[in-house]
Amino acid sequence: MESRSILETIQMIAEENLDIRTITMGISLFDCIDSDGVKARQKIYDKITTSARDLVTVADQIQTEYGVPIINKRIAVTPIALIAAASGDHDYVAYAQTMERAAVALGVDLIGGFSALVQKGYQNGDRTLIASIPQALAETTRVCSSVNVGSTRAGINLDAVGEMGRVIKQIATDDPVNCMSLVVFANAVDDNPFMAGAFHGVGEADRVINVGISGPGVVKRALEQVRGQSIDVVSEQIKKTAFKVTRMGQLVGSIAAERLNVPFGIVDLSLAPTPNEGDSVAEILEEIGLEQVGAPGTTAALALLNDAVKKGGVMACEHVGGLSGAFIPVSEDAEMIRAVEAGHLGVEKLEAMTAVCSVGLDMIAVPGETSAASISGMIADEAAIGMINNKTTAVRVIPATGKKVGDSVEFGGLFGRAPVMAVNPSQPQAFIQRGGHIPAPIHSFKN
Amino acid sequence: MKAIITVVGQDQVGIVATVANELAQLKINIVDMSQTLMDHNFTMMLSGEWDDQVLSFAAVKAALDKLGEQSGLTIRIQRQALFDAIQKL
Repeated sequence: MESRSILETIQMIAEENLDIRTITMGISLFDCIDSDGVKARQKIYDKITTSARDLVTVADQIQTEYGVPIINKRIAVTPIALIAAASGDHDYVAYAQTMERAAVALGVDLIGGFSALVQKGYQNGDRTLIASIPQALAETTRVCSSVNVGSTRAGINLDAVGEMGRVIKQIATDDPVNCMSLVVFANAVDDNPFMAGAFHGVGEADRVINVGISGPGVVKRALEQVRGQSIDVVSEQIKKTAFKVTRMGQLVGSIAAERLNVPFGIVDLSLAPTPNEGDSVAEILEEIGLEQVGAPGTTAALALLNDAVKKGGVMACEHVGGLSGAFIPVSEDAEMIRAVEAGHLGVEKLEAMTAVCSVGLDMIAVPGETSAASISGMIADEAAIGMINNKTTAVRVIPATGKKVGDSVEFGGLFGRAPVMAVNPSQPQAFIQRGGHIPAPIHSFKN
Repeated sequence: MKAIITVVGQDQVGIVATVANELAQLKINIVDMSQTLMDHNFTMMLSGEWDDQVLSFAAVKAALDKLGEQSGLTIRIQRQALFDAIQKL
């Protein structure tokens, strides 16, 4: 092996923050359904803790042997609204507590799947689960929740959109920080390893290992070498870099799957930033040639980045899945925060950006006085972008109770700090209150 | 087991000997080796092979970490499969 290749690999890890963002084990809970809630929860606890018994140990072993940091070890389970529905329980907070206990026992960072899929309508379990979300998130620290309110095939459940606006406001009155554990999706995917939106889809195998990679720093550094050259060269450079980064994900995932004796599912090709310096998606866009992210041209640069990452990554691994695109969570990206604070990036531009990348209005703090209807309006807009464009979109907003534009909310660690962003004060109240269902779009006459 | 060992540190007399001596004691066979000076930093890359039934990866890593600390060098050891995966088609 050439010395140059060895040094390059080491530099990617040591200086450019290349890491495996998460190894997520998906676990089906269908065999835990019971008409007695207590029994069901015991089965859930037992299944999770036996299935993922060695997850953290194996991840640590791989980290030691390959010298690749594995930041998070996570679990995703079947949406609890489906599992708990048979129990007749009137409140699912106890299920969240069971998930939390299992996560603590295993030493995993987060556990996702306190979820409901209501894009076409509610079953009883969905209603109970959604009503339990505020208390469930207040009483746990590792449980993540998601609700899918729309899809390209089913349209958008406007009743659910309205309800989720109220739920998010209610969570924020307890503690705005809890809002970061809830994602409202359109076209949610079954094999997403990233939180807070991970759940184990109904069509998945009993257990599966999915891997999420990171590496914005590596792409940024690679682009520094082609400054001033044509955009074709930029695209090629991103593809080559994404290929290398993804190969690492494929290697780590396949080793983890083999050692855990669980089938290997997918590599999620997303570029996931962290608040650490040099680990920013916004800086890649600026390296492409924007003075600061948010400038006219941002959407085009992001579209190119997102597509080139996929093209490079697809060939590097056996199966691609999850969200697979560039993430633009404001609080988790130091340069995004600076752009917002400089007045160069607003909610409307971010919304436009979500039309060309994964995943949506993510980790955005809005003023505490933002109405539930306004939040529902933001959810409806994102869901519409997802529904029409055949892509996953999501909303993870944080109404910063008692704060206004210019203040910020601290989340700590990988989740960073979110500056409070202005929301258009004009109200969509009457639209949201109509309720009902936005029909699925026509799949012809694309324009 | 095959692993790549990289050593980086301020250039000084006896770096190669120190590292090679430790590897010999651990019964690690050096299969390939190269070194260079980059901005007064000594950089050495070794490809080593040993029987991991006799000595675990973790034990080798611990020994090299200790050596690195004692001699002011950054010593990394990583299984070769990582480099093959990232750099080879």
